[in-house]
Amino acid sequence: MNSLYYQKRLSRNIGDKFFTSLSVICALIAILPLIFLVTYILIKGGSQITPELFTLEPNPPGDDLDAGGINPALIGTLIITTIASIIAIPVGVGGGIYLAEYSKGGAFPRFIRFGVNVLAGVPSIIAGVFIYALIVSTKILFGSMYSGLAGGMALSILMLPTVIKTTDEGLKLVPNELRYASLGVGASMYTTILKVTLPSAFRSIATGVVLGIARAAGETAPLIFTALFSYYYITGFGDLFYEMGSLAVLIYNFALEPYDAQNKLAWAASFILVLSILSVNIFSRILAAFTEKTKRV
Amino acid sequence: MIKTNKKTPKNIILSLENVSISYGTFEAVRNVFCNFKKGNITSLIGPSGCGKSTVLRSLNRMNDLIPNCSLKGTVLFDGTNIYDKRVDPVEVRRKIGMVFQQPNPFPKSIYENIAFGARINGFTGDMDELVESSLRKAALWDECKDKLNDSGYSLSGGQQQRLCIARTIAIEPEIILMDEPCSALDPISTLKIEETMHELKKNYTIIIVTHNMQQALRVSDMTAFFNAIEYEEGDGGKVGYLAEFNSTKKIFNSPKEKTTQEYISGKFG
Repeated sequence: MNSLYYQKRLSRNIGDKFFTSLSVICALIAILPLIFLVTYILIKGGSQITPELFTLEPNPPGDDLDAGGINPALIGTLIITTIASIIAIPVGVGGGIYLAEYSKGGAFPRFIRFGVNVLAGVPSIIAGVFIYALIVSTKILFGSMYSGLAGGMALSILMLPTVIKTTDEGLKLVPNELRYASLGVGASMYTTILKVTLPSAFRSIATGVVLGIARAAGETAPLIFTALFSYYYITGFGDLFYEMGSLAVLIYNFALEPYDAQNKLAWAASFILVLSILSVNIFSRILAAFTEKTKRV
Repeated sequence: MIKTNKKTPKNIILSLENVSISYGTFEAVRNVFCNFKKGNITSLIGPSGCGKSTVLRSLNRMNDLIPNCSLKGTVLFDGTNIYDKRVDPVEVRRKIGMVFQQPNPFPKSIYENIAFGARINGFTGDMDELVESSLRKAALWDECKDKLNDSGYSLSGGQQQRLCIARTIAIEPEIILMDEPCSALDPISTLKIEETMHELKKNYTIIIVTHNMQQALRVSDMTAFFNAIEYEEGDGGKVGYLAEFNSTKKIFNSPKEKTTQEYISGKFG
């Protein structure tokens, strides 16, 4: 007679234990790089943080021991990301609205969805080379070559798929009953979208936009081909048409320098970049959690 | 107005002439002829899958929103075929309002729920007055006059449904379509909605789909019984058709068709 009690030595129970522990170990290994990376950067970079870091220009490498600050790169990252958002958000949200609300299934929307997925998988350096060929080498933007504007365009290509996808998915989550309600009282399609569906999906779209921004802000490769780098303060609107520094490119440039002062500056910039991207990501999580709670209010 | 038929009698507000509706290649309902009288409450009853909701949705072109749905035949509203190519479905829906199965208030305040439809329809009068009168007609005013700025979702299910009715009334339609408006509600809320419908009958024509035969008996003047039969082609699928259409009294007391009798006495469905 078989006992109903749990038997440790049964081969299926041993196998079960083994695979449970194996998957736990794999999960731990998977999270290790993130933990090490963040702690390492926090320790290496955190010690370099001074008030001057945020106000000074970086010094050209080699001539003295003080590397200066990252002010132009910090402002540059903000400006380039803003330009990217200004391009990618309207186009992406508009495209998402088309996919979710107007398209009725068929070859064209399927092609767009496929294209968006392909675009999401395009290596970021390709986006940079593309804008280089289109804007930088042709000097099409009022004769300027490398510029913050071109950098923003390159990043917008990377943001676009995220924004389109989250808009599409966010709008699809809005219950159809709500659309029927609006159309049923005689609202046109566009009033329905503008006044009823978009506001209901607003937070999930905002989450996607924030994630897109977070991704774009940390990109280096597209900026090397488009915005290049600059050591100097951004003083006015005209600077948009010239080379513009960014945190990512500053890290790339200065980490390769043989001088210790520049390396330290690169660590400090890494610290700031990781911290800001991390906080933007956390912000988007909070936004998403907020969405869950208030879905039916 | 696009006049296509002048033979329609005066008291007929809406008439279906040989209407067949399909979803893709699947025919949901076939060859329906039916006249709806002005100022009446007409109920559509029948077993599941007989196409009564499909017919109801076709009356204000809500079926347009379902991909692959197509309609053959004509639906005459005041002598105009609403499926004419020149007809704007948005205009149709302004004249023929709809209340859905699930209460679906907008995620806005109670006040805004009613003002929304009126505003987009170009209402320029006193909005406060319109909100009050619409809520009164839907028998909801006393319950929510002190919380007009609360979210529509703060109301109970029955109240939400009456809010949806009030919202529909606010756009001053000529016909109100109701798709099983009480199926998600408790008996007390159902009773209130039925009372509301009796009030509304004075000014509006109401067409209601219901699974509840007692409700059809209580509220409606006319009853249309839909049934589903297997295709003659014999591939096992069923197609809906209008089996019998008469005054509610006659349908429930002395139906002509055997199937009607059987459905009403609860033998199937």
